[in-house]
Formats: sequence, structure tokens, C-alpha cells
Amino acid sequence: MSEERPVFGGPLLQVEHLKLHFPIRDGILIDRQVGSVHAVDDVTFELEEGETLGLVGESGCGKTTLSRALMRLLEPTEGCIRFRGRDVTHARRKELKPLRKEMQMVFQDPFASLNPRKRISQIIGLPLRLHGASRDGIEDRVRDLLRLVGLHPEHLHRYPHEFSGGQRQRIGVARALALEPRLIVLDEPVSALDVSVQAQIINLLDDLQDDFRLTYLFVAHDLSVVRHVSDRIAVMYLGKLMEISPAEELYTKPIHPYTGALLAAIPIPDPRENRRRERVVVSGEPPNPSNPPSGCVFHPRCPRATEICSEVEPPLTRYPSGHLAACHHPMNVSTDEIRAAERSDTSPHGCGDDLPQPTAVLE
Amino acid sequence: MSDTQPLLSVEDLHVSFATEEGVVKAVDGVSFDLRAGEVLAVVGESGSGKSVTAMTLMGLTRSPNARFEGTARFKGTELIGASEDDLRQLRGAEIAMIFQDPMTSLNPVQRIGAQIVEQIQTHGGLPDAQARERAVELLEKVGIPRARERVDSYPFEFSGGMRQRVMIALALSCDPSVLIADEPTTALDVTIQAQILERIRRLREETNAAVILVTHDLGVVADIADRIAVMYAGRIVEQGTLDEIFYDPQHPYTWGLLGSITRVDRPRPERLPAIAGLPPSLADRPEGCHFRPRCPHEFAKCSEVPPLEVRATDMPRHADRCWLSAEQKRALREVRPGEIGLHGKEGVSV
Repeated sequence: MSEERPVFGGPLLQVEHLKLHFPIRDGILIDRQVGSVHAVDDVTFELEEGETLGLVGESGCGKTTLSRALMRLLEPTEGCIRFRGRDVTHARRKELKPLRKEMQMVFQDPFASLNPRKRISQIIGLPLRLHGASRDGIEDRVRDLLRLVGLHPEHLHRYPHEFSGGQRQRIGVARALALEPRLIVLDEPVSALDVSVQAQIINLLDDLQDDFRLTYLFVAHDLSVVRHVSDRIAVMYLGKLMEISPAEELYTKPIHPYTGALLAAIPIPDPRENRRRERVVVSGEPPNPSNPPSGCVFHPRCPRATEICSEVEPPLTRYPSGHLAACHHPMNVSTDEIRAAERSDTSPHGCGDDLPQPTAVLE
Repeated sequence: MSDTQPLLSVEDLHVSFATEEGVVKAVDGVSFDLRAGEVLAVVGESGSGKSVTAMTLMGLTRSPNARFEGTARFKGTELIGASEDDLRQLRGAEIAMIFQDPMTSLNPVQRIGAQIVEQIQTHGGLPDAQARERAVELLEKVGIPRARERVDSYPFEFSGGMRQRVMIALALSCDPSVLIADEPTTALDVTIQAQILERIRRLREETNAAVILVTHDLGVVADIADRIAVMYAGRIVEQGTLDEIFYDPQHPYTWGLLGSITRVDRPRPERLPAIAGLPPSLADRPEGCHFRPRCPHEFAKCSEVPPLEVRATDMPRHADRCWLSAEQKRALREVRPGEIGLHGKEGVSV
């Protein structure tokens, strides 16, 4: 795994105005489409080589759909995905095979994502076999991979049920590493694990990234998990990107009220701090993605919403620190920062042109 | 609070199951008291026996392969040996339970309202119209908007957070004096979790019910609990008040647990602290203190089982199972100045 690979100059992955809509069908005799679920709705971002982007949002926000579309497990409706500069949005099966070697996925459920009837050697060896490794080579490689993820190499003939949840997730990571990918999409890789084991897996992912210059897209449903691994964090709500920020800044200076609500909702494991803290509990639940609200999709639940929020979709606005947020009434930014802000060309096609006004934050 | 009679008193509870791999001791000598209006959090990782303890109180773990020892007295009634008929009188009426998974805990082919009415009529015998009225009231109370229309919905028409509210409405339908909540918010998003916790807190104030909250999330615990029992491999290793456990924890496992949580309100650490090693399998546990193989402070005495008893004289109601003296513990538990945690153990992989 150590041999030098040519480094591509531009971003590893570029996603431009990606949409993925699931059709809603109805009719008994005549099949017709009566609507669509806007699971991913005009999302644009880039991933640099060696970087980790955390992708956070509540259930149903489209984060899993987005990550599956990037892996080409789902067919995008519109938009473009470029991997190392090459458009792979509609690449065919055969064209995808060499690509699959470069991008791998680790799934959420360590119990459901390993075939219970196969031995570990077969599970981790399968991608190697599919890509033409020799039989003898495979076993040695599997031993190496097991060692790499902190498991005993002599366990390679065991079955998944003989391992604990954390160990299974290590097996999932070993399988993803087998083909020496550049990009690994991690879909909630630690959500099913106990806290003390979560930390072990996150530390492992951290080490592997340093050793092999991996690029991660780390999908999670809450902000506490992604913080440690991410360089940048993207917050998604109802199919749209609400905010993208350098990782630490998101916690000290959330700009979008939705991010603020997500942060405030995480209970702090410190009773005294908790008693002192003023809790803002956002009311309501995420709306139905087949019929998203007009304007800003968060406006029905947003404590700062005004008239404009229900009428005009806010553009993604770039603030001087490189922090992007799609909000008419941003939090934690000074009037100077607002004056210096500009409209990002990654904004969705349908959004308005007006940037937040300095007066809007002066209350 | 400390002078009133306990509502529920569990003493030396043992639960074991005969399995193909041998006898599994899921609960191994658990004792605790619960008083009215109090929230007791039972904290532990998967397999620590916290759910089995909670379910045993409701008689939900009974099976030909299960064996029980010890006592659990609720308002003078013994729960462990109680007949199914007696238990049925208590379940739902006096002791109610909220389960972890709101998706599978409701009957999918029965309307929400009918499920609540059924429970009310089983225990109260209210006429149909009144029971239905009560169902609507309960749904309103737990924060279901337009409850009067929604009462005839099916569970699939509700989101996860709304179903969990329905579970709470069901649990409250007969004004129970004890509410057992087994990971009530684990399956929910954080913003919805905050709403549900707020709801449980308010209900406790309104009805003075006692709550046993089973959870692995110390954030949730810090938010809502009065007292905490920390479980590890079937035993309570430490119990005390919320502040004692968070600011003066006595058991090395508790230090590890507190050390391994990340906080969004603090700068991020270089490396995430983890507890070295894995919890033991329930069928094959180490002699003496079960935490011994993962504990960096192990010494000769640890091969004997430490009893759960008061060890720090300045905390008369705080008990733990660790042979170290209170002075030794206070000196050892800091990994960094002012920060409680557990060092890795040599030879045990992280």
C-alpha cells in the first residue's frame, strides 16, 4: 500500500448541483408519477485529497442518499459528479469497475453489512478476488489487513457472529481498505457502537488516514461524533446544504440557526454546565421532503424566520473566514463580516440573489 | 427525599439464562431503592445487564430458561415471585414502561387511540366515550398537535418522535407511580430527543412519578437524572447522586466512561480517550472484579469480588465496588489536571 501514487492536482471529488429525486408512483391499472421526494436537492461541494468532510443532518435529510449517489449506488436525477476531474455521473457498470477500486464504503450496521455465512477471509478477500488478485496472495493480504485494523490475523477463518460490534466494524473497515482506495465514504460508522468503542474506531480511522493519505466523507446524524475526525463539516437539512464550515468554527460560531439548534440540542455531560445553560428547544419536526416548504426549507421551525424566509430561498453566502451558510438572518456574524460576504457560486440554481443585510443581525 | 419510604426496593437481584453456551449471568446481585419523584439513571454499555434489570421488574424476562433470585418489593408487593395475574394488575397501571424502539413497540394494525383506550379499559373500566376522551387528553399532554384528529391514525402515519410520544402517552394512561424508560431517546434525532426529555421532565414534576431511565448516554443522564447507578458486566459498580458521580466518581470504570465522552462545548482533544480492551462475555467473566482485566490500577486484592458498599466516609449514600481507598481513588483518577479519566492499561489494546 505504500507505493507512491500520482497525485491529481484538483479536488478528488467534485459534486455540482446534484439532485436525486425519488418518484412517488400511484395508480392501480395505469402507473403514473404523482410527485417526488426531493432527497438530495441541488447540492454542490468539493473534497480535497487527504481531507475529511463531515456530513451531518437528522434522519431523512438526504445524507445517506447523497453518499450512495456519490458511490453510484443510486442514479442521480440531475447534476454532476467528478472523480479526479472525470465526469462519472452516468458512467456505466464496466466503466465503474476501476472506479470502485478507488472509492469504498463502510456501512452503518456492522451486523447487517457482513454476510453471516461467509468467513472473515472470504468477506475481506472478495474485493481482492473481484479485482483479480491471486488466491495465495489474498490470504496474506487479509492477514495484513486484519493486523492493520487491530484484529488478530489468526481469526481470519472465523464467522462474523464470533465478533463484537466494534470488532465487526473493524472488519468492515478492513474490507474497505483492501483495494487501497483513495476515498472512503463512512455512513454512520460508529452510531451502532457503545461510547468507549466508538472512540476506538474513530482513533483507528484517524490513524489509517494519516498512514495512507485517505480522503473521508464521514456521515453522521449528530455533531458530537464528526467533530473529532473532520477538517470541514457540512450540515444538511431536507436535501439541502445549510452550512459548510471549517470544523472547529462550526462549534464556536455556528452561522445557520439550524446548526445552532443542533448544537443546543446535544445534552452536555456536565450537570452544572447543563443547569446554567439556556436551552433552546426547536419545536416541530422536519417537514415531508415530497412537499418541502417554500423559501428556506428550515423557516417553519426557525426562531429567526421572517417574511422573506418563506418567500425566497437564501443563497449560500461565503463569509470572510471561508465559512458558507444559506440564511437570510445569520447568527454570530458581525456587520463587517456581512458587508464582506459574497454570494457563493455553489448556491442552488433556484435561490435568490439577495445577501443578508447588516441590519438583520443588529437585534 | 431521603427520609420517605422507597417506592421500589430491589435487593440482591440475580437473573441468569441457560443458553447453549452455558449459564449466562445477566444480572449479578443488583440492589437499589427508588423513591417517588426521583429519576434514577441506570448507565452502562451493551451487555451490562441494565435492560434485563429493568425488564425483570416488569416480569418481562420470565421464560423456562431464566432463573431469578433476590427480591424486588414495590409498595409492599414482591415482584420477582409474583403470579402472572398479580403482575398483570401492576403492569401498565402501577409500573409502566417505555421501550427503546418506537417503530416496533406499537401494534402496526391498530389505531393509536384504540391502543390507548385498550390499556385504560383494562385497568380502569371507563366507558368507551370517556376512555377515548382520556386518550385525546393524553396525546395532547405529550405534545401531539391536533390530537383529536390524530387519535384515529395508525402508527405508520407517525414519525419516530411522534411514536415515542404515543409510547409515553400509553405509559402514562393509568397514572403509574413508576415509569421505566429503556433508552427512550436513542432512536431519535437530537432535536426530537431534547423535546422528549423536556416532556419526561415536565411529567415527573406534574405527577411525582418515579422514573428509572436506562441509557448509555451520559449527556442525557446529566440532563435529567437525580441519582445514577453505573452497571458493568451484570453488577452495579457504583451508585450515587448525579453530582457525586460526575464530579467525585469512585470506580475506575466510571472514570473511563466519563473520560470517553466528547463535549461539543470544549476544545477538541488530540486523541479521543477510549477504555482499553473489551467488556467480558457474559458467559465467561473474570473472577473477582469484572473490570480487572481493563483496569490499570489492578492489584492483588482485585481477584476477590469487592462488595457494593460505602467507602468514602464523606459521602454516606454513595457506594462502589472497588478495593482502592477513597484517597487512592481521588489521587489516581485524573488523567490531566482537572480532568477525570482512565489511563490505558499496559498490554491491553485500545
